[in-house]
Amino acid sequence: MDQAEANEKIVEALQKKKGKTKFYFNDLAKILDMKPRVAKKLINKMVEDQILEYWSSGSTSLYGLKGAGKQAAADGEE
Amino acid sequence: MAKHKTPLLDQLETGPWPSFVSDIKRQAEFRKANQDKIDYQIPVDVCEDLLGVLELSFVHRRTHWKHGGIVGVFGYGGGVIGRYCDQPEMFPGVAHFHTLRVNQPGGKFYTTEYLRQLCDLWDFRGSGITNMHGSTGDIIFLGTQTDQLEEIFYELTHTLNQDLGGSGSNLRTPSDCIGQARCEWSCYDTQALCYDLTQEYQDELHRPAFPYKFKFKFDGCPNCCVASIARADISFVGTWKDDIRIDQEAVAAYVGGEFPPNGGAHAGRDWGPFDIRKEVIDLCPTECMRYEDGKLEINTPECTRCMHCINVMPRALRVGDDRGCSLLVGAKAPILDGAQMSTLLVPFIKVEEPYDEIKEVIENIWDWWMEEGKNRERLGELMKRQGMQKLLEVTGIKADARHVQEPRTNPYIFWKEEEVEGGFDRDINEFRKYHQR
Repeated sequence: MDQAEANEKIVEALQKKKGKTKFYFNDLAKILDMKPRVAKKLINKMVEDQILEYWSSGSTSLYGLKGAGKQAAADGEE
Repeated sequence: MAKHKTPLLDQLETGPWPSFVSDIKRQAEFRKANQDKIDYQIPVDVCEDLLGVLELSFVHRRTHWKHGGIVGVFGYGGGVIGRYCDQPEMFPGVAHFHTLRVNQPGGKFYTTEYLRQLCDLWDFRGSGITNMHGSTGDIIFLGTQTDQLEEIFYELTHTLNQDLGGSGSNLRTPSDCIGQARCEWSCYDTQALCYDLTQEYQDELHRPAFPYKFKFKFDGCPNCCVASIARADISFVGTWKDDIRIDQEAVAAYVGGEFPPNGGAHAGRDWGPFDIRKEVIDLCPTECMRYEDGKLEINTPECTRCMHCINVMPRALRVGDDRGCSLLVGAKAPILDGAQMSTLLVPFIKVEEPYDEIKEVIENIWDWWMEEGKNRERLGELMKRQGMQKLLEVTGIKADARHVQEPRTNPYIFWKEEEVEGGFDRDINEFRKYHQR
């Protein structure tokens, strides 16, 4: 799977999910139907390209589409 | 006069122990006085607002912190933990109060110059409040604002040659004891291994893709000064295979009262003359020691490397020459299912550069855990859920008597058909020749 295809699959799948904006890494690997360590390269590139962003509670990390969700608005770097 | 009245916090200062409230008050005064004319990049009254919000949370009996966020430095998914106050108008100084984790130097010892540089940076761009060290071992910077994060990161990496540590679903900052740099008991170079694995697994440290946190901790000997066995997903505990080296003359000197036991520790009270039988021989957990006719003997195959005799008589007893480490896996704190200690996986492995054998074990474990681990499931919980047998299978390690606490501890060993000669099919007529229906 190339990067463009991965981007498209993930963005499409995440946009479909209503009421939820943050996802575990494994949810994304499942969307790509890939083993986690292989999916990691594609998903990290999406963070680098600012399609996705990290969210961290300090103990657990989640991924979301950049700018999606209330947290993004609150973190608007006022 | 203080910006906020804090009667409840003031009460905490009356206890017998050093108080964090007094420390923060002192820091608030330091910032206000600003004798060094620091050009503070976040509000000067951050510490006073921190005390104010804490007092309010005591009054309300609920927290006023919001936990977590999208903040971080570019390209890193860990190292910064977002904290926001839900009363920013009342306490503007702590409207943002993010935590930074700084990867501590190996063994946690460093120069005073380095400490000064860190503190100067933190006074300039943060609250000046630190935690030396956090439980993972990191140097913790407590409290700064979002727009300072990239600036601090740049300074740390470019001027101080220093990286952020791990947080979130990452490999956490690997942490080690002082090792061979300062300790004669260390059975391998903890700092070399810790540094090598930190460099090797930069991607795992900074870009979260694990089900949950994952910790490496390195102890040079079974004294376990960094408590790896109690809290690391993989504990690297130094050990040796051959005999404990005995200097019989030094043993006699301990018995004769010439050397103080325990290197002179516990000297504040008169415990009477040193009694080798009572203080060493009888306390050996496997009873593998004998002291007769002025000669100390140790039955090595029975020794569990508890370190007690070596700790008591360090000049007489030394760790063996054939050294390496044991790998134990799956320790964790009690969030789910209670606390768990590590379980022995590799009884002995040589610790030699480039550490390929060790890396192979680590990566096999990660492949399994990343695929099978549920969200927020630690390795120790996965081991309990799928079993030790599965762990041995994924790591390609053969079952060993040392994996068993005692004979018949675990009856749940399941044979696979390919492991049984002739498979699971049998000739029922042949069987009936010997066994009635």
